[in-house]
Amino acid sequence: MEPILQIKNLTHTYGVGTPFQRSAVEDITFDVYNGEFLGIIGHTGSGKSTLIQHLNGLLKPTSGQILLHGRDIWAEPKKIRDVRFKVGLVFQYPEYQLFEETVYKDIAFGPMNQGKRGEELDHCVREAARLVGVRDDQLEKSPFELSGGQKRRVALAGVMAMEPDVLVLDEPTAGLDPAGRENLMANIRDYHRNKGKTIILVSHSMDEIARNVDRILVLKSARVLMSGAPSEVFQQAGELLSAGLDVPQITRVARVLKERGLPIDPAVYTVEALEEQLLALRKGGGVC
Amino acid sequence: MLKDITLGQYFPGNTVAHKLDPRTKILLVVLYIVALFSAKGVVTYAIIAACLALCVRVSNVGVKQLVRGLKPVLFIILFTGILNLFFTPGERYLVEWGVLRISDTGLRNAVFMVLRIMLLIMGTFLMTYTTSPISLTDGLERLLNGLKKLRVPVHELAMMMSIALRFIPTLIEETDKIMSAQKARGADFESGNLIQKAKALIPILVPLFISAFRRADELATAMECRCYHGGEGRTKLHVLKYERRDYVALTIGAVILIAVIVLARFGL
Amino acid sequence: MIETKELRFLYPAGENGEPVFALKGVNTAIEKGSFTVILGHNGSGKSTLAKTFNAVLLPAGGKVYVEGMDTLDEQMLLAIRQRVGMVFQNPDNQIVANVVEEDVAFAPENLGVPTEEIRRRVDDALRSVEMYEFVTHAPHLLSGGQKQRIAIAGVIAMEPACIVLDEATAMLDPVGRQEVLSAIHRLNREKGITVVLITHHMNEAEDADRVIVMDEGRVAMDGTPREVFARIDELRSMGLTAPDTVDLLDRLRQSGVDVPLDALTVEECADAILKALAGN
Repeated sequence: MEPILQIKNLTHTYGVGTPFQRSAVEDITFDVYNGEFLGIIGHTGSGKSTLIQHLNGLLKPTSGQILLHGRDIWAEPKKIRDVRFKVGLVFQYPEYQLFEETVYKDIAFGPMNQGKRGEELDHCVREAARLVGVRDDQLEKSPFELSGGQKRRVALAGVMAMEPDVLVLDEPTAGLDPAGRENLMANIRDYHRNKGKTIILVSHSMDEIARNVDRILVLKSARVLMSGAPSEVFQQAGELLSAGLDVPQITRVARVLKERGLPIDPAVYTVEALEEQLLALRKGGGVC
Repeated sequence: MLKDITLGQYFPGNTVAHKLDPRTKILLVVLYIVALFSAKGVVTYAIIAACLALCVRVSNVGVKQLVRGLKPVLFIILFTGILNLFFTPGERYLVEWGVLRISDTGLRNAVFMVLRIMLLIMGTFLMTYTTSPISLTDGLERLLNGLKKLRVPVHELAMMMSIALRFIPTLIEETDKIMSAQKARGADFESGNLIQKAKALIPILVPLFISAFRRADELATAMECRCYHGGEGRTKLHVLKYERRDYVALTIGAVILIAVIVLARFGL
Repeated sequence: MIETKELRFLYPAGENGEPVFALKGVNTAIEKGSFTVILGHNGSGKSTLAKTFNAVLLPAGGKVYVEGMDTLDEQMLLAIRQRVGMVFQNPDNQIVANVVEEDVAFAPENLGVPTEEIRRRVDDALRSVEMYEFVTHAPHLLSGGQKQRIAIAGVIAMEPACIVLDEATAMLDPVGRQEVLSAIHRLNREKGITVVLITHHMNEAEDADRVIVMDEGRVAMDGTPREVFARIDELRSMGLTAPDTVDLLDRLRQSGVDVPLDALTVEECADAILKALAGN
């Protein structure tokens, strides 16, 4: 797979030259591959938010580079807006950015800024609304009449409608109830499956990350602590825990079972996988 | 842009200037302003400037910070200066340049006027720099207490002011966040003419207002839940108390004011 | 401590313009000193129920009694609010002052507590949530978990008998959530303060004395965490999920492994599995 985004030695320092100088991200290097579902996890203050605001050029690196399709996004600072259309960023609690009279107009704000009009615009808006499960009859309503969960879907559609190559989502399910979280994640998975576009999901819920992504990037104190497929990352569950990060509950159960002598993979992270392993064990009768 | 606003900023410290009762400081600023407007000549202005310099010295506030506070009103200062300089009729004209003439009184007025505004702003800023907003509102509330009898809602006004001060940083942060979110959707705040620029503000202002109303609503509920029922029967964690240094400061202030008024009578 | 009788509540107009019953006859009682978690999906009525506990919302039918005081009795309003403190979801929208100690002092000031007594209460309250070192800080510079603990301290300074946390952990990250949870568990244990925690995070219910599940404006389940989580199918049908441990045990059971459903923690779950496999 070829990389769509390359982050090279990215450092961002706030308050240079003042007593409050500190680096929010420090010498971070990683690639994002075309079509992958990447998860970024880390504490508040680990640099997640600062990092993702560099991916679409909202923040400018203090040093280092961001390459999109192999080109430095800051090569032509005047064209930074085009980068924002290619790397769509959905902020935390995006429902607070809604402002238009109707849901339709609000979703159309991004694509209109891109210069889309007429048929093309209409197609983008309706397609995005459909992807996040906003019904046709809701399009002419005021966004402020909708429920919290629906507002969030509209805000998400507003970024999807720009048809970005990379979609970056900052805590898309924060504050939703379990059913709402699961529904929204299902929409996002569908979007990924149908469109084949790259997704970067930022979350502090390890369970959510584990269930959805192909690859995990773990941030700790402005640096990359580890990265790899979920099964690789959770092999190092001990290290994650000592870094103060969470490990999926199922992985913790598996670790205890392993410690107590059951021959199972301590890096399993889904209920289904652990169940399968345990049932296989039972059939084999292989209990010490 | 929003971060340049220095009004209401507070630099914590432990000097006499910080420790004075906020009421004393408010009264001193009033005396200072009266003195400033009574001043007539070089001597009186010099006395006032010296007083300010001394206070700045005592307060440990950097001169740089104080001068920075002048930046937002630079235009007004220049405007008044120029207006006074060219349009004051006088007996003798120093420069004549078509319609533009500078008279001796004009020059004198311009210099004093600019000096007066600068001293006025720096003096009030010195107070806000050395007094936390909360004790400032507290001091105002206590000073204006007498007006309660005239049914002026002093407590309510003070409460509104302190809540406003509390929410300034929150709303600034929120504005930044909304701006970033709209920029991520391709909003353009930089280019275009004035009307286009004003239009570009709608995607920021609408969410900001909605959020401010929501916050106000939630805050009101939270305050009620903590038994807020107006100013009646309220006690205070910090009770203001005049101390020796307050009496001393007020006396010195009053003496200087009288001196300035007397000297000004003689046109000094 | 708190008792509701045939409590009903309706919101004036819902999405389609008709009044919506958020509570349809709730009968329940919160015991003094207990730690109760109220679960439910969004719109189940859990938040509405919580807001009737200190007269933020008044019943449209039925009654709510706080230590015997009727919340409809306006004379009792201050007394009720002083007994039942409330912490809300958004940490930014419940902090009144721009210095921590001033904020914590807000409620006792309103109650007319003498100055020296306010000082003592503020310091005690901040210590009880482990925020004393921030006494003179500006609240807007603190983390979400710290702000919520300040809000809790602000309530504790009223010396209430009960604290209601209305989704107070919903906007926090895992670290902040943990800080808040351990603070309220400590208050419950050490000061005997009754806690009512409204949440949709199932795992926050693990250590509670009692779990009430709300659905469609009614109490759908009521019991210990073990009892409630064991009814995993019902929970799912109400749009809730059980912890993954219970989910795993449930699946194993359906495949014929003899495990109990009420093992909530990781350790208990592992023990149950080992026992079942060994007995096989």
